Amino acid sequence: MLLSEKKELKEIPQLKAEARDLNFFYSEVQALKGINMPIYDKKVTALIGPSGCGKSTFLRSFNRMHDLYPGNRYEGEIRFFPDNTNLLSPEVDPIEVRMRVGMVFQKPNPFPKTIFENVAYGLRVRGEKNRRVLDDKVEHALKGAAIWNEVKDRLQDLAPNLSGGQQQRLCIARALATDPELLLFDEPTSALDPIATGAIEELVHELKQRVTILIVTHNMQQAARVSDYTAYMYLGEMIEFGKTDDIFIKPQDKRTEDYITGRLS
Amino acid sequence: MKALTTEQIRAVIARGKLKDSLFQAVGILCLAIGLLVILLLVGDMLLRGLDRLSPDFFTNFASRRAAQSGILSAWVGTILVMFVTAMAAVPLGVAAGIYLEEYARRNWVTEIIEINITNLAAVPSIVYGLLSLGIFVYAFGFGQSILSAGLTLALLILPIVIVSTREAIRAIPAMIREGSMAVGATRWQTCRYHIIPYAMPGILTGVIIGLARAIGETAPIITIGALTFIAFLPPAPFSTTGEGTAGLFDWVMSPFTVMPIQIFNWTSRPDPAFEINAAAAGFVLMAMVLSMNALAIWLRYRLRKNIKW
Repeated sequence: MLLSEKKELKEIPQLKAEARDLNFFYSEVQALKGINMPIYDKKVTALIGPSGCGKSTFLRSFNRMHDLYPGNRYEGEIRFFPDNTNLLSPEVDPIEVRMRVGMVFQKPNPFPKTIFENVAYGLRVRGEKNRRVLDDKVEHALKGAAIWNEVKDRLQDLAPNLSGGQQQRLCIARALATDPELLLFDEPTSALDPIATGAIEELVHELKQRVTILIVTHNMQQAARVSDYTAYMYLGEMIEFGKTDDIFIKPQDKRTEDYITGRLS
Repeated sequence: MKALTTEQIRAVIARGKLKDSLFQAVGILCLAIGLLVILLLVGDMLLRGLDRLSPDFFTNFASRRAAQSGILSAWVGTILVMFVTAMAAVPLGVAAGIYLEEYARRNWVTEIIEINITNLAAVPSIVYGLLSLGIFVYAFGFGQSILSAGLTLALLILPIVIVSTREAIRAIPAMIREGSMAVGATRWQTCRYHIIPYAMPGILTGVIIGLARAIGETAPIITIGALTFIAFLPPAPFSTTGEGTAGLFDWVMSPFTVMPIQIFNWTSRPDPAFEINAAAAGFVLMAMVLSMNALAIWLRYRLRKNIKW
């Protein structure tokens, strides 16, 4: 086999997850309407769309965050590969889903504990008590989140004393520590300044070597910069999904084009 | 409408500011009245009781002679009863509060429970005394003991502990809970690692406010039959008594008296010399309550220092 062919083969993306006819209801209000969308393995997929279009609702379905609040209801499936589990099935424990799917929130939400404990928390929840293992994994996660050099000498300091950008990278380290298969980002830079935002975007770019990423962003430039695939959502519907370049250069749907060119926001 | 001239704007502001300072004056006056009354009461008690406030007053039992009478059995009894109250009310109240906030589904059952907790806080304390007389003293056979009194007061402050636990939990941002659940934690792990530690300052404050209320309660303690004249202390753990060595918890079954009952007893004596004792004991009780409140403030400050989001 020729080298170029090998490269070609590698370029065929594998499915990591797939939403199939997904509907979601906040009590009586339908927030997601028949969404079908693939998530490709070790790629960054961006969800864009105006406020209230359901992109965060969609994202939070992947780790069953909606199960924390009464009255929420899913219909349809999110298939998770390679084991083909339906993440939304009532038989699948949401805790099992969250053990496999990590999440980084809109506003940095470090626990009011030490930097070390923040990152070690996911491991502790899984019953890890061995100090050596904890030390190793915490260091590895902090390095993965590109914050190790800034905090290695003060792991016992309180996390909320870090700057906003550092807090957000710490939250990424917290999610990485348990080796998730899919990492969800819910507008991770909306509370950060441009420099911190740049650091997070660079990080997202590096992380896709290790983990599949689904990112919600209200910032189209950000979607264009970090993602391989982009989905445009509007009023709870998936309007268009495709390679990021295609979506931004030649959108197929008029509504996508209007949004991207700023005629609809 | 025509735009206001600068003079007119200034006149409007001046009128508004006059009302500002008027309200400020009224507010300060109201505050001063409240504070002054307390200061007068405490000061009056201190002045009247000053003659009795000596170390002997704390180490003597009550006596027929006012001058040699002390509050030893009363302050020891108060502290022991408060200890039992806290030991019973804190686990029950905190667990109930956590359950209601973190586990209970919102439906009509929890609605009814919530309404009832609010009602419990309004039940007159004498009713708790009657309830405990029937349940703890007779049905459970605890008798007129420190245990009965402690459990009675625990019931009394339970609603306060539950409500303050719930309020402390509600002050924790949802994003902290979500952050914990998002890494795969169970509800109990979230409570154990986050909710309980972060709610602790608020819970402790509520507990101490509850205890400060319980410490002055007289009616339910009289109802369950605290003695008004008592010249011995409950057996200390492992001390030698007439019936052999006391066990670790023998003291909970001992008869007792508490500060407010001692004060009540002294004020009802015909001999005016006992009024001095009552004033002195009243001052000591006030000092106990105020130092508990001070402890609450200090604890809250200490524990909150490391909790921010």
